[in-house]
Amino acid sequence: MSTAKANLETLPRSVQVVLALALVVLIAFPIIGADFYTQMVTRMMILAIFAMSLDLLQGVTGLVSLGHAAYFGLAGYALAFLTPQGEAVSLWWTLPIAVLVSGLAALVIGFFVVRTHGIYFIMVTMAFAQMVFFLFFDNKVLGGSDGLYINFKPTASVMGITLFDLDNKVSMYYATLGAMVIVYVFLRRLLWSPFGRALAGIRVNEHRMRAMGFGTFGYKLSAFTLAGALAGLAGYLWGVQSGYINPELMGFHMSAHAIMMVILGGMGNFAGAIVGAFTFEYVLHVFKDLPQVGSVNLGKHWQLWMGLFIVLVIVFASRGVLGLIAQVKAGGKPHD
Amino acid sequence: MDFPTFLIQLLNSVQYGLLLFMLAAGLTLIFGIMGVVNLAHGSFYMLGAYLAYWLSGYFGSLTLALLGGVVLAVLFGLALEWLLFCHFYQRDHLDQVLLTFGLIYIFEELRSMLWGDDVHGVPIPELLSASIPLTDNLSYPVYRLFMSGVCIALAVGLYLLISKTRLGMKIRAGAFNRDMAESLGINIKRIHAVVFALGVGLAAVAGIVAAPVSSVYPNMGSQVLIMCFVVVVIGGIGSVRGALISALLVGLVDTFGKVLLPSMAGMMVYMLMATVLLWKPEGLFKQ
Amino acid sequence: MTEVRLSARQLTKRFGGLAAVNDVSIDLWHNRIHAVIGPNGAGKSTLTNLLSGDLQPTSGSVTLGGQDITGWAPEAISRQGLGRSYQKTNIFLPFSVWDNVRLAAQSRDAQQPWSPLQWLQNATKSVAANDRSTRAIALSGLENRASAIAGTISHGEQRQLEVAMTLATEPQVLLLDEPLAGMGVAEAERMVALLLQLKKDHAMLLVEHDMDAVFTLADHLTVMVNGQVIASGTPAVVRADASVQAAYLGEEH
Repeated sequence: MSTAKANLETLPRSVQVVLALALVVLIAFPIIGADFYTQMVTRMMILAIFAMSLDLLQGVTGLVSLGHAAYFGLAGYALAFLTPQGEAVSLWWTLPIAVLVSGLAALVIGFFVVRTHGIYFIMVTMAFAQMVFFLFFDNKVLGGSDGLYINFKPTASVMGITLFDLDNKVSMYYATLGAMVIVYVFLRRLLWSPFGRALAGIRVNEHRMRAMGFGTFGYKLSAFTLAGALAGLAGYLWGVQSGYINPELMGFHMSAHAIMMVILGGMGNFAGAIVGAFTFEYVLHVFKDLPQVGSVNLGKHWQLWMGLFIVLVIVFASRGVLGLIAQVKAGGKPHD
Repeated sequence: MDFPTFLIQLLNSVQYGLLLFMLAAGLTLIFGIMGVVNLAHGSFYMLGAYLAYWLSGYFGSLTLALLGGVVLAVLFGLALEWLLFCHFYQRDHLDQVLLTFGLIYIFEELRSMLWGDDVHGVPIPELLSASIPLTDNLSYPVYRLFMSGVCIALAVGLYLLISKTRLGMKIRAGAFNRDMAESLGINIKRIHAVVFALGVGLAAVAGIVAAPVSSVYPNMGSQVLIMCFVVVVIGGIGSVRGALISALLVGLVDTFGKVLLPSMAGMMVYMLMATVLLWKPEGLFKQ
Repeated sequence: MTEVRLSARQLTKRFGGLAAVNDVSIDLWHNRIHAVIGPNGAGKSTLTNLLSGDLQPTSGSVTLGGQDITGWAPEAISRQGLGRSYQKTNIFLPFSVWDNVRLAAQSRDAQQPWSPLQWLQNATKSVAANDRSTRAIALSGLENRASAIAGTISHGEQRQLEVAMTLATEPQVLLLDEPLAGMGVAEAERMVALLLQLKKDHAMLLVEHDMDAVFTLADHLTVMVNGQVIASGTPAVVRADASVQAAYLGEEH
């Protein structure tokens, strides 16, 4: 199981400064950017929340889950089921329910998978996620392969006054930005809490943790559940933004993309997950948008470029962007 | 359920199980001996199927396609191992997962560029196209029996190879203690290449042989991969015997599940896996 | 005799047909060091693993502080008051010395992984855990190295850290598996002095190959060969035992 890859638990000053600057840019962005880009960055921020939730599991606790997208998609489906055909529902009760659904699913599945280790864990998380995928894919009642539409965005009003209109791209952007910042601050705090320290200990040496008296099963299950719930938050926002939920959002491609985002940025510090999500989405966007060269539509073959990109990153830079920074600072070698 | 129907479902279960075993045996061997998890293992199955489509069209005969396909697939596997995989035996499972996931994308796209995205059929050879009558209106295709036959033959061959030959002994030695085996003069690199090629070959044969029945279509590799993972989890990683028993079990549960409880069909196998995990978190025959 | 803190009766562990530990009974008393010696492969580490819960016995029983702990998980046994150090250094290499010990000490705070309170407090601010850590680090003499990364300190210091982590959980019973392994003369002397000091407040099991240390430290000595106890008693008695001399001590000198 991966132990040494997590790095920069304490972010160096330079990275902190860059993050602060990035936040300023993100706050100012909708004012200067066009509508299309506002939407794209909103999606990137949603995926950043998803990636941070996985980082808790993977980067901090050392549990590589190939089925994390199941909890992402489930919350979207929850919103879809809670939204009637003809009207909107309130954010205030649909969001908690959706997150709860994801969290509960993670708790139940976690109870089975957390007792496995290493490669088993990877395989069973994938298997259970595929089970959830097929549950929705095969059943017309749950939307089937076509998925479900969310015709009206949830409302966020208090005593008749609309606090923010999620239909408005800019409002949605800021609501998502707020959510991302809150999740980041929460997770950074958690990293240095007794819970977070125990999770890090489990990643480095679970055997010793047990010998010292920690009930590691309970810790891992809690991390798995919390990560699932946070993935649900991201999935809910995705449903709000896109208005459409389909089984692919729970599939193992989505899960693998999330793993890639976390690795790309650098695991274990949550800032890397944000960087990785933005980078991954941007690269994907670039590949899909490649122009026609002669008779070959390069963009159509984005899977090939994406595959090559992933392979190259893993072969040459598996500690991610922040890992490279750490390496440069330490003057060390590329691999652990 | 009357007896002929039961017999048909039983034969289907065994046939599906044996096919899964071809894939699971390779996956579990490669993991047990080299410690590598390969998400792209399903792609070798797909490769076999597409080679069957291409070569049987080219040669006009499935037999030649089988032979040619196996040779090509094994060569491809050896090249892949030499170029990429042998550098990843010591790496984290995480790296291996992502690397092989990247390969899935590459293979799918290459497949799309070489053979397109349409569904293709592969004709069943004349010799094997008959059906054995069971009742007035039920019969069982000879080709499916042939499929099971091929899988059984390969399974027996694998058993003999591993337990009765010198090569098999070297493979087992390498799995047990790599350093010791090397100091005894066994060329571990070559053993690894052989095991990898074996795994690829088994998966490709499964794909070739299954092609006339399952057709040849995009993403067929991913679908079979997940079942393969379930089989290996239930059977226990590294155990070929476990993979066989588990594959037959999965075949039975899946086939009879679809017939007896169609609304829960897709979930039955996962429920089986969950139950096994509660009882034995490392599979039935943990190594 | 002072009180028995840990007691094992007829412990057996079979792996397939082989009994790595065969019908072994052993007592650990407060304020005493009980050393276990024997050739390689005698089953000493297996015995230690059986007592700490790292392995489940095939048959036999273990009692800790009056409580039957047979078959308990390692974390449960640890919380019941047992601490164990490892022959092969088993620490958290990427963390600092202080963080290693602090994490060990944290294990004695309330364990509530599902509690949001535990998710939001600052781990470094737990007074109780910090006190335990300070005491453990002082005892093992690592005050000067508290901020060093565990992976960068010397082997001897890592062995000290190994013991510090065991002490930070404030156990009543200590199982020490070759604490002197790989140590130089000065470091070994320091460790022996520490063990003598620890004896005052603990019941201790000491598995060791260093015979000088064993005869300095042991109040009681058990000799194991091929998974079985061939002699058990005071060091003087055991030393004089003919079968022991034949099987083991003769080879050592």
